[in-house]
Amino acid sequence: MQWNLGKVFFGDRKVYEFNLLAETGHRRPAFINLQQYHLEHDMVARLRALQAAGASIDLRGAHRVAGVEAAGDHVALDIDTPEGPYRIEAEWLVACDGAGSPVREALGLGFAGRVFEDNFLIADVTMQAEFPTERWFWFDPPFNPGQSALLHKQPDGVWRIDLQLGRDIDREREKEPGRVRARVRQMLGPDVAFELEWVSIYTFQCRRMERFRHGRVLFAGDAAHQVSPFGARGANSGIQDTDNLAWKLAAVIAGEAPEALLDSYHAERLQAADENILASTRSTDFITPKSAMSRTFRDAVLDLSERCEFARPLVNSGRLSVPTIHDGSALNTPDGLPEGPARSRPGAPCPDAPLEPGFLLDRLGHGFVLMALGMPAPEVPGTAPLAVPAPGDEMRARYLGDAPRALYLIRPDQHVAARWADAAPATIATALSRALGATP
Amino acid sequence: MTRLSLSPGIDAPDELYADLLAAHEGLSEAESAALNARLILILANQIGSRELFRAALDAARPR
Repeated sequence: MQWNLGKVFFGDRKVYEFNLLAETGHRRPAFINLQQYHLEHDMVARLRALQAAGASIDLRGAHRVAGVEAAGDHVALDIDTPEGPYRIEAEWLVACDGAGSPVREALGLGFAGRVFEDNFLIADVTMQAEFPTERWFWFDPPFNPGQSALLHKQPDGVWRIDLQLGRDIDREREKEPGRVRARVRQMLGPDVAFELEWVSIYTFQCRRMERFRHGRVLFAGDAAHQVSPFGARGANSGIQDTDNLAWKLAAVIAGEAPEALLDSYHAERLQAADENILASTRSTDFITPKSAMSRTFRDAVLDLSERCEFARPLVNSGRLSVPTIHDGSALNTPDGLPEGPARSRPGAPCPDAPLEPGFLLDRLGHGFVLMALGMPAPEVPGTAPLAVPAPGDEMRARYLGDAPRALYLIRPDQHVAARWADAAPATIATALSRALGATP
Repeated sequence: MTRLSLSPGIDAPDELYADLLAAHEGLSEAESAALNARLILILANQIGSRELFRAALDAARPR
């Protein structure tokens, strides 16, 4: 499900609308809305396909981690199952066991941060008639005074309504279907017929672990860091964690990289978690002002946004998640094309661009790639060449700027490790070794 | 960046000050606070530079 048009309401009036106007030349749209159950279903389907192709994957349900023993060269887990307990030893453990992570608990590791007291009500509704595929955000609406509300469409004809309820509420009473229906009717107007599909109340926290790597235990997703839902940073950052970790762990297990490479997982993803927590906290502070003066400024921004365009970038109803640029990562080689586009500097995720017969990102992601623009790709062991003799307009704008040619060393997670105007194979080999954690 | 100037720069000081007070006349405290907030945001946009705005913030802090 995609949307492009957003509308912002303040009190009883629409103050402005905006179009996402996503950049062209990407295979994927700027924003896709997909329920978690669809994602989970697709992930299991993928696992089953891999199993059928002979991959050694075991998906075990109704299992609970009861104990964790972390040794220098392995991790031992005590598992409880309905059929009784057993013990399993693993060389590596990736704990993706959610915000309440039993593995984190078992190891006695902290999860510090900020707890927000506001309650939010989620109601999924289906409409009987046409309703626009737009994102509507209300600040202080008449149907929810002093609070906020969000309406956006999901797949399968479901509209999700997110209503801020405030701090001290009676959760059971707020969840009563009659009460929710009355709220939604106020919101959509008396003429819109709808069915209530699902109701839930949530609060949220912004927290993270001190370290995402503890020897042979690696934490990923909500187990390592938790953010507010504003900006779609939860699932996105979990997937980015695995993008970052999978190739590194594979390289370490294959003996192609030292264990120290895994410390860069912690460093890079901690940077991302802090960025996400900061963005998410700022959205929260705008949506739910914590002091009288913060509300005064928030309302002043919204008030001005109707007639003064300059105020619109200050309106923060959730900033869409974007991948982190790992500036300063130990895996980066200093920029050898400093006059090149800043968005594709070392540490940056590669921007997509059309590349015959499809898109650039389809060609990246399996091992290290040495992309040569406007020049032949040198042969460097451990890299796959990708020669682009005549880059198109988007490729030029995103990777060359005014430079006539360039070389990019791209990691398996599609982040730039190094780039040069030109480089000898030995220089590239050193950059590769650095990106594998072997050369400081 | 232009440096923050704390030397006299207002061309008609008494008139400007009177305009500022006049704008607040008859407003409740909440309305005045809202007016000030809108004014700060408009002036901040005019300044544009975050660095310059921070210098102004520093100069305005209670000492």
